[in-house]
Amino acid sequence: MSTTAPPAPKRDDAPAQLRSWHHPQLPRRSGLAALVIAVVLTSALHAGIGLALVPAILAGWAVVVIGLPVLSYAVEGRRKAFDRLITVIVSSAFALAMIPLVSILWTVLKNGLPVLTPEFFSYSMRNVVGEGGGIYHAIWGTVLITAATAVMSVPLGLLTAIYLVEYGGDGRLAKTIRFLVDVMTGIPSIVAGLFAYALFVVFFGPGVRMGIAGAVALTVLMTPVVVRSSEEMLQLVPNELREAAYALGVPRWRTIVKVVLPTAMAGLVTGITLAVARVIGETAPLLITVGITDSTNFNLFDGRMATLPVFTYSSIMSPGVPPEPSIARAWGAALVLMLIVMVLNLVARLVTYFFSPKDKR
Amino acid sequence: MTDTSTPSPPRGAAEQGPAKRRLADRVFLGLSKGAALAIVAILAGVAIFLTAEGIPGITASPDEVKSGETFLAFVLPLVFGTLWSATLALVIALPLAVAVALFVTYYVPRRLGHTLGYVIDLLAAVPSVVFGLWGMRVLAGKLVGPYEWLEAHLGFLPFFAGPASATGRTILTAGIVLAVMIMPIITAIAREVFRQTPVLLEEAALALGATRWEMIRTVVLPHGRSGMIGGAMLGLGRALGETMAVAMVLSASGVVTFNLISSTNPSTIPANIALQFNEASGLTVNALIASGLVLFVITFAVNFAARAIVNRRKEFSGANA
Repeated sequence: MSTTAPPAPKRDDAPAQLRSWHHPQLPRRSGLAALVIAVVLTSALHAGIGLALVPAILAGWAVVVIGLPVLSYAVEGRRKAFDRLITVIVSSAFALAMIPLVSILWTVLKNGLPVLTPEFFSYSMRNVVGEGGGIYHAIWGTVLITAATAVMSVPLGLLTAIYLVEYGGDGRLAKTIRFLVDVMTGIPSIVAGLFAYALFVVFFGPGVRMGIAGAVALTVLMTPVVVRSSEEMLQLVPNELREAAYALGVPRWRTIVKVVLPTAMAGLVTGITLAVARVIGETAPLLITVGITDSTNFNLFDGRMATLPVFTYSSIMSPGVPPEPSIARAWGAALVLMLIVMVLNLVARLVTYFFSPKDKR
Repeated sequence: MTDTSTPSPPRGAAEQGPAKRRLADRVFLGLSKGAALAIVAILAGVAIFLTAEGIPGITASPDEVKSGETFLAFVLPLVFGTLWSATLALVIALPLAVAVALFVTYYVPRRLGHTLGYVIDLLAAVPSVVFGLWGMRVLAGKLVGPYEWLEAHLGFLPFFAGPASATGRTILTAGIVLAVMIMPIITAIAREVFRQTPVLLEEAALALGATRWEMIRTVVLPHGRSGMIGGAMLGLGRALGETMAVAMVLSASGVVTFNLISSTNPSTIPANIALQFNEASGLTVNALIASGLVLFVITFAVNFAARAIVNRRKEFSGANA
């Protein structure tokens, strides 16, 4: 900017213009001040007069959403006032969106924590009526079915991603597959479950329930997620690395296995972990393909298995005669499920953080 | 990277090398191409198996299935409920999601915005059965009071005609839970689109004296319109197919009504499958699978359109940049 001299001459009349440009403004931190006023007012109404929490918050909010723009309109004019109104609304929308998250975390922790005893993790529900029992069988079912899902969908998804990035390029087949994978991400989970059921009915007859059918259903849901994330990661591998390998006379497949995949490893592991986190909480497909049982079943190919999500569902929907213990177990299982999902998400982030190629070099 | 030197064959073995190499390469290409085609096969398989198992349910006579109705009479109210609840969810979630995306992109410092984005993504990671649990045990109870208020004060509108449900487990509650579930997806896509807004245009608007909102209205929103439409349709697809939250929250009786707060509510296809499947037998199972096929077709169409819109936008912005 400093290099070009021309646009500087009319210095003399600047003050006059500046005066007209500088509209009066509210102090810089007035938005923050409004927030503080709202909080003070809300707590005063709630604690002082004893108004219920929700009306008190609404009152505090109304003061800000009306007061700040009106004040601004008086001082700064219409456009600034509208800008402030939108700012308040957008911020409120964010706060509103946080309420469910906080409420879910809070209720699951509050209701689930008291249930988590050593017995809860080491007992199944076999011969349990009323209190006692646990989720031993459901944990094993979830672990086995998720493992079987990963065994099927990780190679399938990874190889597809390799094809899309390394071989397909922008060809018609690659484009079509990319689009179909996108569409496949949107298959409702219950439809995936119905597909697995319809597939297994052909071989095993009506009423079939087995763990592997659930794994097939989850594979339909997990594979597209693996493809998308792996594709993204493989595309990040610099082309120079591939070219260097080719220049050394390394065959293409060896380049992929020895150069491309190791370079992208951290990202691939992250993507796969997130995909596992996503399917581990799926309920609907397992409900109709695997069902629920009270005993521990280690055999994926024989009969019903319990899984954490379905256990949660059936404990709350058909709690039995004294319902309280069953409902408590549902909250406990939900908490365990949430913890597993959160830990998987955390692991995925940590993998990216510690093993990203940036740190390697 | 040191191992790249070991496999490269000496020049003397050139006669053997290339042939072997080509074979290994061909096998690897075959494997990966096979995997890619397997994905297409799976997608086709979903359609084929659902159709094969569903057709007996469609043609079944009324007295052979549990509902005691023809397939059309059985599925149409469910289609209505599915579309209605998903529409409710979208109407609630879309403005909220766009506002949240604007907030984390333009109204907070960049670094804080990233963190808040993660927090929103956290909401997407909550399993649907937990949403269902929360919806039926916490949210529904909290909404009984507001529903009674709506019935008393806005009862003249058909939506709030009442009588207000005593449990709060109504289609509106289900719609709110669905909205919470699809909000993160729409937000994520909206954030992505907003991030792609050319910074030059934003700065030009601000330099012309636009306020932040005027900049957003004249630059960001027009630029991101088709992306937001695509995101909304992806969210709609999610809401259409969501099973557990609706099955657990809604106390359904399979009626067709626009009443949002009464205790008789329309059911949805996925929720109905989840609730009926384990007690069903014979042709009733086929009828349920056929209703799943209907759901598959609806969501497929919605997702297809959404992806087409999102992808078209991608190319458009690429040409523009």
